[in-house]
Amino acid sequence: MSREIVVSFHPESLVAELVEKVRLLRIEVVKMIHQAGSGHPGGSLSAAEIVTALYFHQLRLDPAHPDWPERDRFILSKGHAAPLLYAALAHRGFFSREELATLRQMDSRLQGHPDRLRTPGVDMTAGALGHGLSIGVGLALAARLNDAPYRTYVLLGDGEIQAGVIWEGAMAAAKYRLDQLTAILDYNDVQLDGPVHEIMPLEPVVDKWRAFNWHVMEIDGHNMGQILDALDEAENIHGYPTIIVAHTTKGKGVSFMENQSAWHGRAPSDEELRLALAELEEEMGERGGRS
Amino acid sequence: MTQRASMRVAYGKALAECGALNPELVVLDADVSASTQSHYFAARFPERFFNLGVAEAGMVDVAVGLALGGKVPFVNTFAFLLSLRAAEQVRTCVAYAQTNVKLAAGYGGLSDSYDGPTHHSICDLAVMRAMPHLAVVVVADAVEARQAVPAVAEYAGPVYLRLSRAEVPVIFDERHPFRIGEGVLLRQGSDLTLMGTGIMVARCLEAAEELAGQGIQARVVEIHTLKPLDRALILQCARETGGLVTAEEHSIIGGLGSAVAEVVGERLPLPLERVGLQDCFAETGGYNELLARYGLDVGHIVAAARRVMKRMP
Repeated sequence: MSREIVVSFHPESLVAELVEKVRLLRIEVVKMIHQAGSGHPGGSLSAAEIVTALYFHQLRLDPAHPDWPERDRFILSKGHAAPLLYAALAHRGFFSREELATLRQMDSRLQGHPDRLRTPGVDMTAGALGHGLSIGVGLALAARLNDAPYRTYVLLGDGEIQAGVIWEGAMAAAKYRLDQLTAILDYNDVQLDGPVHEIMPLEPVVDKWRAFNWHVMEIDGHNMGQILDALDEAENIHGYPTIIVAHTTKGKGVSFMENQSAWHGRAPSDEELRLALAELEEEMGERGGRS
Repeated sequence: MTQRASMRVAYGKALAECGALNPELVVLDADVSASTQSHYFAARFPERFFNLGVAEAGMVDVAVGLALGGKVPFVNTFAFLLSLRAAEQVRTCVAYAQTNVKLAAGYGGLSDSYDGPTHHSICDLAVMRAMPHLAVVVVADAVEARQAVPAVAEYAGPVYLRLSRAEVPVIFDERHPFRIGEGVLLRQGSDLTLMGTGIMVARCLEAAEELAGQGIQARVVEIHTLKPLDRALILQCARETGGLVTAEEHSIIGGLGSAVAEVVGERLPLPLERVGLQDCFAETGGYNELLARYGLDVGHIVAAARRVMKRMP
């Protein structure tokens, strides 16, 4: 079994601050998708803690200089979680929060799926599943050739790793011992057509990655302390790429969306938005998220 | 037309030379470096060479990442794999994302003749030409293959460069000014124009010679860049000669013939014949025998030219 991280090494104040940011991003996500009238709430909500940990703590970025060559790279390989990425970028200062309301509209910089050419802070275009890991391999190889200090992070969906090309990237990362590359698996066990374990089972998923010569960690993907610790540990692994298998809940934070494949890709109605916001605005702490 | 030279060897050596001049150039291959000749680069610059194994789709995505990191990646494998197995990678991550990836497609057309239709590439140009932002270049001989490498490396944006396994007649000398996007006038003539790409350019020149013996003065133009297409030159030839024959080592659907037909069909309809595979797969066999059986011989170009002449007012 992979090592369980029980105690966070990060100060409680940092964790609390990030957990509050998670709540704000979830609110943005449901509002954006409601406003757009289409989009993917389930997989955006499941990855909220992971993306928050990256954008508000882990990644070395400069919102004033989105193309800073030494910035850490983040590839949202599960590109349908674009609303979450956009919310994080806006809250991090890459563009205004008002712009989030333009998601999926004509002329918007916020395309239905991420477009690196339109949106400041988006490192790579995504949407068709399966590309991010191999692209991350290329970025990590370039960092090595350039003697550049950046790290590369790739967020994978669980349904996404059913794609064979993911495993081409997995082999390449191990061959080149890319310890500057960290993948995170948003393992919410729900995909468009139903439960992942029914559509095309992944288990034993930890063993699979280990067999591909990756360093594997397994965490609760809604536990901020565990996420931060795992990201730290990944930085200190030498000679192996790391994957953090993060167990999550699809639609996390909105009770009627949780674990429902129907909420993979549909927008909330006015009434559903009201209910979702009521839940997200009143709490988070007691429903999870604290370490 | 006696001297012949290997296009793939010329390409492989040029890639290594280009690598010596450009430290940002990196090369990827999918377990066929001994075939594509990327091994010349691999031997000189092992730290900049990445063999990804039999993983063409993943290889293209790795190249995308290298390009995002500022490198100039040349991705090498057989044309059919690059254009079809990795087509979605090319569409999404190279063309749509406009990453500076160079797709070097070896073994174009029927040039891997004995390996049969699984290894022939007869619809790659149709697929690649439909990709927005992607330049599509088909070289005609070893000299042009050598010249194309630095031109492709310096080109600002992604390029599909189609090569050949074959030893083909040398038609250019080193002074040939190869520029992406510019067609090349190879022989003057006023009765009609033969437009060739790839190995069919040499055959167009032979056909023009034969036609001259029959009293027909055929102009010969090389269209090495299918995209961006030299529309001005095509329309000029259409206006000045009144009839066109296209010749390509590809299906007549979607390649040079289609590209030229699109231009003249919209602007200047005229008699046009397309020489190429007639919407069929070939088979295993000797290269020249296959070219002859599947409609790509000099005689087929001559016959097409005569049909065009008959249709002209």
